[in-house]
Amino acid sequence: MDKHISVPFTNEVVKELHAGDYVYLTGTIYTARDAAHKRMYEAIGRGETLPIDVNNNVIYYLGPTPAREGQVIGSAGPTTSSRMDKYTPTLLDMGLKGMIGKGKRTPQVIEAMKKNTAVYFAAVGGAGALLSKCIKSAEVIAYDDLGTEAIRRLTVEDLPVIVVIDCEGNNLYETATKEYER
Amino acid sequence: MRTIHTDVITKNIREMCIEANLYLADDVKNRILSGKEKEESALGKQILGQLEQNMEIAAQDEIPICQDTGMAIVFMNIGQDVHIEGGPLEDAINEGIRQGYRDGYLRKSVVADPLLRENTKDNTPGIIHYAIVPGESIEITIAPKGFGSENMSRVIMLKPADGEEGVKNAVLETVRLAGPNACPPMVIGVGIGGDFEKCAILAKKALTRNLDTPSPLPHIRKLEEELLDEINKTGIGPGGLGGRITALGLNIETYPTHIAGLPVAVNICCHVNRHVKRIL
Ligand code: SF4
Repeated sequence: MDKHISVPFTNEVVKELHAGDYVYLTGTIYTARDAAHKRMYEAIGRGETLPIDVNNNVIYYLGPTPAREGQVIGSAGPTTSSRMDKYTPTLLDMGLKGMIGKGKRTPQVIEAMKKNTAVYFAAVGGAGALLSKCIKSAEVIAYDDLGTEAIRRLTVEDLPVIVVIDCEGNNLYETATKEYER
Repeated sequence: MRTIHTDVITKNIREMCIEANLYLADDVKNRILSGKEKEESALGKQILGQLEQNMEIAAQDEIPICQDTGMAIVFMNIGQDVHIEGGPLEDAINEGIRQGYRDGYLRKSVVADPLLRENTKDNTPGIIHYAIVPGESIEITIAPKGFGSENMSRVIMLKPADGEEGVKNAVLETVRLAGPNACPPMVIGVGIGGDFEKCAILAKKALTRNLDTPSPLPHIRKLEEELLDEINKTGIGPGGLGGRITALGLNIETYPTHIAGLPVAVNICCHVNRHVKRIL
């Protein structure tokens, strides 16, 4: 089912999203991938406040290519989520509501998603040029020294994603593959 | 004896890095398009349609096809009657990569030390494979490789008794484990034989072979067809979200091996299987 929703969002919205839904996201999201996750995780360990308030927010696992003159951002597709799995339950406990990436998640992440009412979306991997067109502004807001891995605030308009794992733990990767297995 | 200046090599590598990241070769492109027609899953069709649109936007607006513009893999086949002047060849190759990734607005994805992990900020060094071949020209292949799929690749040291069945199982298991992580539809390169590192290089080479050029060896050609067919029965589908088109193609390269061994390498690549070849 196609749905248009705005980000950030709350538990009420997350509960309405089901594995298999095709969703268009509009609003503000943040990028973070390997190095930024590691840094945030270590900061939490030291009791420091994070450069972004994750509560009710969505993180896009993305390290874009540099923008050309006149472009908002370069190619901007998802990276493999599993590398963030080690750090994700902690962020979910802090109120993170959604993640955009590609690929499988660990049972620990799925448990933390159920406990905290969060959703995992996939964007189409290898469609970075197309996805960049849905990004209307991009601004580095933390960890500038990490280059492509810095944390960016993005304004997105109708960013197309698919609900892969919903807050009840339904997992489209498992159900859909079985359906077409021969 | 022919003399080739390193400046020529640098210039060509610069251009090839940019070209590879903006335009897919026709063999891969055509299989995405024909895959869209064949795909049974509606969502799978939609995803393949997005990949088609993505290629159009990439070419038109000069935005890389994928944000992971890869580590630059370089195959240098150097004619033995070529003399290279102008300085160290390796520096000239890396300079080409440096300029290509800078001028092409490509992502810098290389860290200097695998444990300390500081970005080199210019995507060098590349991974360079040299071969000395007859003749007086240099054949260069540039294959930027993304690591979402690279991370799902494996080398498996089978026993001779495992035979063809063992090879098939190794490939299918690797593809199943890769699933949605490798941005399916995938392209699969398989190396069989040689030793531990030889089979891995063969697998990478297999990825640079045109998908419409099957192996010249009849039994290997048959294995390529059967494996592709079985991979497309796994149900993984485009994006890993279910469907028929799990792989666009599969190439196998082989080499003689030891009486005690059957090494197999499975190099997983995504649909963004980039490779550009030039002969200087
Ligand atoms: S696996 Fe391929 S398509 Fe996916 S992000 Fe990496 S390079 Fe891009």
